[in-house]
Formats: sequence, structure tokens, C-alpha cells
Amino acid sequence: MSEETETGPTLSLHVPEPAVRPGDTPDFSNVTIARAGQVPRPPVDVAPDDIRDMAFSIIRVLNRDAVAVGPWAGLLSAEELREGLKHMMTLRAFDARMMIAQRQGKTSFYMQNLGEEAIACAFQKALSPGDMNFPTYRQAGLLIAAGYPLVDMMNQIYSNEKDPLKGRQLPIMYSSRDHGFYSISGNLATQFIQAVGWGMASAIKGDSKISAAWIGDGSTAESDFHAGLVFASTYKAPVVLNIVNNQWAISTFQGIARGGSGTFAARGLGFGIPSLRVDGNDYLAVYAVAKWAIERARRNLGPTLIEHVTYRVGGHSTSDDPAAYRPKTESDAWPLGDPVMRLKNHLIELGEWSDERHTQAEAQIRDEIITAQKEAEKHGTLHSGQHPSVRDMFEGVYAEMPPHLRRQRQQAGY
Amino acid sequence: MTRRTMIEAIRDAMDVSMERDDDVVVFGEDVGFFGGVFRCTAGLQKKYGPSRCFDTPISEAGIVGAAIGMAGYGLRPCVEIQFADYVYPAYDQIVSEAARIRYRSNGQFTASMVVRMPTGGGIFGGQTHSQSPEALFTHVAGLKTVVPSNPYDAKGLLIAAIEDDDPVIFLEPKRLYNGPFDGYHDRPVKPWSSSELGEVPDGHYTVPLGKAKVVREGKAVTMLSYGTMVHVSLAAAEAAGVDAEIIDLRTLVPLDLETIRQSVLKTGRCVVVHEATLTSGFGAELAALVQDECFFHLEAPVRRVAGWDTPYPHAQEWDYFPGPDRIGRALQEVLEV
Ligand SMILES: Cc1ncc(C[n+]2csc(CCOP(=O)(O)OP(=O)(O)O)c2C)c(N)n1
Repeated sequence: MSEETETGPTLSLHVPEPAVRPGDTPDFSNVTIARAGQVPRPPVDVAPDDIRDMAFSIIRVLNRDAVAVGPWAGLLSAEELREGLKHMMTLRAFDARMMIAQRQGKTSFYMQNLGEEAIACAFQKALSPGDMNFPTYRQAGLLIAAGYPLVDMMNQIYSNEKDPLKGRQLPIMYSSRDHGFYSISGNLATQFIQAVGWGMASAIKGDSKISAAWIGDGSTAESDFHAGLVFASTYKAPVVLNIVNNQWAISTFQGIARGGSGTFAARGLGFGIPSLRVDGNDYLAVYAVAKWAIERARRNLGPTLIEHVTYRVGGHSTSDDPAAYRPKTESDAWPLGDPVMRLKNHLIELGEWSDERHTQAEAQIRDEIITAQKEAEKHGTLHSGQHPSVRDMFEGVYAEMPPHLRRQRQQAGY
Repeated sequence: MTRRTMIEAIRDAMDVSMERDDDVVVFGEDVGFFGGVFRCTAGLQKKYGPSRCFDTPISEAGIVGAAIGMAGYGLRPCVEIQFADYVYPAYDQIVSEAARIRYRSNGQFTASMVVRMPTGGGIFGGQTHSQSPEALFTHVAGLKTVVPSNPYDAKGLLIAAIEDDDPVIFLEPKRLYNGPFDGYHDRPVKPWSSSELGEVPDGHYTVPLGKAKVVREGKAVTMLSYGTMVHVSLAAAEAAGVDAEIIDLRTLVPLDLETIRQSVLKTGRCVVVHEATLTSGFGAELAALVQDECFFHLEAPVRRVAGWDTPYPHAQEWDYFPGPDRIGRALQEVLEV
């Protein structure tokens, strides 16, 4: 087909394409998935070279019959599992409610976590107080599982007079030092290397706290991701490096950022960083792998890279229409199922839950969220009620307000 | 009192700060074992150990990003970018992150840190070892920007910057590292050891951020400059025999507007001198401020003398940035009105 030129056949550019597009039948036959319980659980001080395979398999605990199997199972009590289920259900219901609020014009923008709830919720439970996450915008579960008040999340989303961030940040770009949640940046990937720096600082001070870095599959293409890997590897920083592979970066499928490498986890291998893949829709597996990596960091054994394999069921944000770039039913075809349903079925299988209790819990959570929403809306929404003062807009740029800003504040009438 | 080069003064500032505060850490490319390509950090690793002063991978985004994370933990990093020309890979971390973290988290997280970098030309460093990027930082809300012109100020300002709770961009004119510049490009640099500007006290002292210094009093015209160009401005005023008042701004943000205002109200004339490119340079900000504050006292338009709007040339650098002749012509024009 290719024509000859003086120096050889004509070249052509390779641009990766997803297997299917809108109108096609969803196809995940390319996603190889290990059986639950199949991947071994090495000791935390294992030599990275000895577990290179783990960057290409998937650690799973819950099998198709909702039974927890294999060496990564058995870490959570029934009580803890019920708590985990409640966190995921709360996040899901919160998202649903705030999506509606956005459609009603109560805020400008929203990003939901649908389908990815297990990752942040389970990971947070494996951390200790004082540890620090450097999250992106799709880890609200870290806050919910850390007990951050829903009403404060809403106040932030509404930029109302009780917004803990004084109306300065986009909705969902939360910040809570007390809950181990570093201020979210809209600039992708910048937090990844910052997390490594935080962990290095903890090591410099001889502290015992560790940090967790978070990034999406698409954003791993940014140079800050690679800066994070090289620093984490060089200084054996006490940090867990999390990649959330939810298959999509807005309309761009994960193959574009992944390029020719086998998996995102494999990126860690060149740095000598132990790198694992985990079923991100399996609360038990995420928790077990998080525990393993956190223990490594805590024991001064250095960083671990975790690729959480999941699927972004919702749109990228309220500004996105996924039907334009992927089959409508693709999320139903996702082979790793729904994290909430899987944990629910597991608890039922254990005899620790039932459909009735689930329905009851759903209603109770919905009430909690409606109550929080009413409370938040008493303090205003983006376009109604009270807002943080314009005076606040000039505060906090510097530790102390310099004269030029004071002058500008006066010019603005405050 | 000891006479020190600017390099020694800068090193002393870090030493004093690290001694006083365990939270101060110093790192960057070649900064640890070797002490930096300009030797500003020499001896610090030996004295404070490799967890407080260390070498990093060649990754400016990594250096600044890691420093931001450390500051978030509670440390006070003072990092080195090997040349200001290489700060661009870290620009996003500085502008989008360090500058805004206090604001966007409502004070929950801060980035109390210093980013040091050698800046400016005059050593035949060509395009990639000569730039003066201060305007790229002064334009960003949340950053402070400092440019010292002598060893005493360099030490006092750097200690103040390290103790400051905001992110500070600390631009070190490398032309002045080893000796004062008499303003004439064709003469050798005199060592600081024979200059009274090389006197640097031992121990802790600060030069406050936001305070300019009148380095020469005069009544005919106000000259505003900073860094290397303070010395060139002095030479130009001498050569032209002009009774110029010369102000060394020392910090660009926050700016000591009051000192500028008082001087221009007295002289009624103003010339701004910097070696960075003219267009959208910090001189534009100064000219606008003087116009805002002193319009009815001005007897002549404010003149700017700056580097030409070209990339930094290698062989022609002495024609590139302002020398006494160019400044002299500007003084003449302003005085003739
Ligand atoms: C530096 C930067 N470039 C581009 C964007 C615009 N942007 C926002 S989200 C996004 C896709 C990110 O995808 P991924 O990392 O996979 O995370 P996901 O949204 O799938 O969770 C893009 C390109 C940005 N916010 N920052």
C-alpha cells in the first residue's frame, strides 16, 4: 500500500483508537482480569524486582459469588464493611443530589465519582490520622470516609457565606488540612510531586506520617507525574502513589496516555518502585492493597505505585456528554461490576446485611443529605443568598496584606 | 564585620537560617555534595547532613513541587534553580501552586519557601544563562520578588525571605556574585573585599522586604533600579555629572512606593533602569505608578532604559543591556524638557 520514496517506504503516523465508538457494542475483551484470590500477597519488604509481574495482573478479593477469597482477604470486620458500604452509598447519593443542584443552577459546575467510590473510601480507611492525601477532583470519598461534614462540602460547592474557602475555589475543589486532604488544584498532576515532597519532609523530620499522591490515567502524561516518580524513587519517600485508571480522560481513551507501555502500573518499574494493580471496584481489594503499601511506607521501605483499575460511569463533569464519544451502555459492560453492589452482595452473603436493610440505609442516607442540603442552602447558593464578603477576596493572598493590595481593596470600596 | 562576596553572604544567610531553625532545608541540582555550581551552598551538607541539604534530580518542576509539599508539611525549603533561565519547567508549580495555596485553602496550607536563582547577564552566558525574568513573577499575585545589589543586602534579604511566610522569588544578579560592577563593561570587576559594600556582619540580621534604599541623594532626577543596574546607574550619573537621586528598590513586590513617591515629588523627573527586556517589563509598572502618584509634579515624561526586546545575545551582550552611555542619553532627554 505504501509508496516508495528515495529513502524508503512512506511513513504513517500511528494514532491509537479505542476498540469501540458510539453505536458500537461495548467490548472489554482486551481487559485481562485475573481471577479473585489468584494474585499472591508478598511480604511488604519484598524486593521490587521479585514482584514485577504484579504490575500486569489485578489483585481482586471478591469473586463472582460475592465471596472474599485469597491471600488479600480477611482484613475487615463486618462492622467495618458496613461502614465502608455506608461511605460509598453516601458519596453516591451526595453526587446525585449535587448533580441536580447544579442542573438547578445552584452552582456552576460539578464532578461526580460514580463507579469509583470504592477507591477513595477504602483507601482513606487504611490511613492514620495525620497522614496527608494530595487528591485530584475525583476523590471526594477521602473526605467522606474521614468524617468531613457533608454540609461543609456543600457550602464549598455553593460558595455561600459559610464556604470554608471563602468563595475562592471552584466547586468540589475542597481543602481540609484536619482531614488529611490537601487543597485541590485545577492544574492536573501538580499535586503528585507535592505529595512526594510532603512525604520527604516527614522523613526529614523523623516523623511517622506518610502521604498519598493521586492522579488520573490521562494526567500521568504530565511531566509532574514523572518528577514525582523520580523523586519518590530517589529518596525512597514514604508515599503511596495512586493512579486511578478510569479508562477515560474526558473524551480521550486511556490508550492515548498509556502509549505503548503494558499498563500504567508498569511506569513504576523503570524507577524500581514496587507497582501493583488492583480491582478498583472491589472495596476489600483496594483496602488490602492500600494497607500493604501504607505499611511499606510506614516501615521506611519507600514508595509503592498502585494502579486502581476502574471505570468512570458518569460524565467527566457537568459540562460533558459521554454519549458523544463512547457506547451508551459501556459502563454496564464493565467487567468489574459496581463497587456498591459488590460490597452489598458480599455483606448479604456473609449474613450481615439484607435487601431490606439496604433500602432502609438508602432512605436514611438520603434524609441525611437532604438535611445537610437544607442547612447549606440556608446560607445561600452561588446565585442566591449571602456570599463571602468582597473584602475576603483581598485577604490571604499574602500572610500580611501588602500596601498595594490594601489600596486596591479600598478602591473596590472595602 | 567581615568582607564577603555576594556568594559568601548568600551562603552565610542559609547557614545562619539553618542553624536557627531546623525546619529550613536547602536543595537543588548539585547543591549538596558540591555546593552548587556557584558554590552558594558549599559546606552546608557537611554541616547539616544530607537530609537538610541535598542534591536533586534535574527536574525543576520536581524541585519546586517537592518544596511546596514540604512547606505544606511545615518545613521552610530554600531551593536553588541552577540558573533563572531554567525556572520555566517549574513555572506552573510556582504560579499555579506556590503563589495560590494560601489563598485557595483559606490559610490551611501555605508555601513558605524561597526559590533562589542566579539571574541577569554580563558574564557572556548567552541566551540560556543570562535572563532576567522578574516581571514574570511580579505579575503573579501571591509571590514576593527580591533582587539584591550587594552582599550586605543579599544576606539580610535572604534571611528575611526564608523567615517570610510567603513564597519568595530571590533573584541573584550573577554579575555581582564576585565583585561590584562599576558600570563599565570593558573594565575588570573589582573584588568585594576592596569595596565597603562588601561589609557583611556575622550572625543574624535582616533587611526587611518592601523597603527600598536611597543609594545616592540628588535633586535633579530620580533613578529607579535594582540589582546590577544600581551600579550602572551610579556610574551613569557620575559620568553625566547629573545630580541624580538613585534608589535601589531591593524588593519589587512588595514595592516601597513611598520612597519612590517622595523622591519623584522632590525631583520632578524619573528614569527607570533594568536589564530585562523593555516590553511589559517591570519598568512599565514603575513608570505607570510614578505617573499615577506624581503626575502633577512631573516635569518630563518618565523614561525607561532597558534591555532590547530580543533574546539575550552572546557576543553583543555589552550592547544589549544598558550601560552608562544609554542611561546618560536618557538622563539628558529627561533633564532637557
Ligand atoms: C494542566 C492541565 N491541562 C488540562 C486540563 C484540562 N482537563 C481537566 S480534566 C482533564 C482530563 C483528566 O483525565 P484523567 O487524568 O484521566 O482524570 P479523570 O477525569 O478521568 O478522573 C483535562 C484534560 C487541566 N485541568 N490541567
